[in-house]
Amino acid sequence: MFLKEYFGTIYKTVKSLLTGMKLTGYYFTHPKEIQTEEYPDNRATLTMFDRFKGEVVMPHDENNEHRCTGCQACEIACPNGTIKIITKQELQPDGKKKKAIDTFVYHLELCTMCNLCVVACPSDAIKMAQTFEHSVYDKKQLKKVLNNPGSKIMEGVE
Amino acid sequence: MNLFLTISFSSIASGLHNWLGTTIQSHMLAMVTEMVIAGLCLLVFLVPLCFVLGYMERKVAAFMQIRLGPNRVGPKGTLQIVADTVKLLFKEGLTPNASDKFLFNLAPVILVVTCMLAIAPIAFARDFQIWDLSIGVLYVSSISSIAVIGILMAGWSSYNKYSLLGAMRSGAQIVSYELSVGLSLISIVILTGSLRMSDIVMSQETGWWIFRGHIPIIISFVIFLIASTAEINRAPFDLAEAEQELTAGFHTEYSGMKFAMFLLAEYINLFIVSAIAATLFLGGWMPFHIGHWEAFNHIMDFIPSSLWFLGKTFAIIFIIMQFRWTFPRMRVDQLLTLEWKYLLPISMVNTILVTVMAIMGWHF
Repeated sequence: MFLKEYFGTIYKTVKSLLTGMKLTGYYFTHPKEIQTEEYPDNRATLTMFDRFKGEVVMPHDENNEHRCTGCQACEIACPNGTIKIITKQELQPDGKKKKAIDTFVYHLELCTMCNLCVVACPSDAIKMAQTFEHSVYDKKQLKKVLNNPGSKIMEGVE
Repeated sequence: MNLFLTISFSSIASGLHNWLGTTIQSHMLAMVTEMVIAGLCLLVFLVPLCFVLGYMERKVAAFMQIRLGPNRVGPKGTLQIVADTVKLLFKEGLTPNASDKFLFNLAPVILVVTCMLAIAPIAFARDFQIWDLSIGVLYVSSISSIAVIGILMAGWSSYNKYSLLGAMRSGAQIVSYELSVGLSLISIVILTGSLRMSDIVMSQETGWWIFRGHIPIIISFVIFLIASTAEINRAPFDLAEAEQELTAGFHTEYSGMKFAMFLLAEYINLFIVSAIAATLFLGGWMPFHIGHWEAFNHIMDFIPSSLWFLGKTFAIIFIIMQFRWTFPRMRVDQLLTLEWKYLLPISMVNTILVTVMAIMGWHF
């Protein structure tokens, strides 16, 4: 009984060690498995994966229209005050006043890319971009205004 | 062309020996000159060898971990290790204030010197050996166990608890694994009947021992690989310098060229262990022959013996490197269990099997 256990241990050990060596040997002989990329050299062909979160952007269409209603759900959802929305009252053609955004301020230096603002947004106005080269020499350049100058809200977005 | 074919390491060595004998009248002076030349050749061989091994280690590690490894300095990163050496040269060789300064500075020297001594009886090519002494195997195994004194000295004199712990672990480890290494060496000595390295290589003319010796020799080869990996303190047995627990173990306090000497000693040790394994089990510089395939054997004979030796050695170095980058480090109790409960009993039984095999003449 003891001998059976003893040699059983040896058998199991050798088997598991050989399994490990088989895997590393496979990786050694198959350089196509290499995950590392030579980053600054492959900048031209570099594509980030879909779920990569680089920074918050607000997409605008060809008429310079965005989908942001100024509801400030993203500002409330943000855990560290990255987003600051300044709203204004806009006069509608029918005489009524409507809330709209004046500036959508985004502090990239405070953002942790947690994606909560994008989840909170009811009208899909903001999304995560895949750019990641954000370093600048002055901190002030990290404060961004996301809505383009002169842009207005898209028709039909409430 | 004909002249070129006849040049070999042994002809160069004997030519140099004869030339020194005729030009220098004093016998003593000729011998000393020859020794100095041999020592210089060894240094010129070993330092680039360490560069090659360092580069190889980093590349093997990178590929096994699905990385690229060094690839900026020089073509494909080949000069990375040269850049590292230059960096180490410019660093301050700091000696801690509380340390035992004499022992602290002596320890790396002892380690490197033991490595250099152990390389003496290794046969690099046909009839090309620094010192073909009659007890080669015994000499190597006894010299290489002196290295533990260097490690203990480094750990003790650093006046640092991490260093001391690392050195003590290394001491326990080397003392225990020395037994298995010795027993697996003995199994070859039993078959050969000689401790002389050149005799051991010549006895494998008809076939390497790993093929002729059946399963017992394969077992002792595996045990030798495991135990000698432990003896040179490489992963998975690198308890002496376990980075995560002991920062760097016995060489925590070393910097600059003193640290580089530890690295040098590590890689020379790796080379020696692999060279011994290649000599004893894989036939040293002996070409690969298959029974009566005369044409095949003839082609194999054309490959220079030094290439055969280096090829086998590097194959074993690769296996030991693969160990390092595949297996996780063992705990101290697992380390001692492996030696005293598994390797030692198995190699004892194995030695008896080999003895019976040698007496009955069952090997090829």
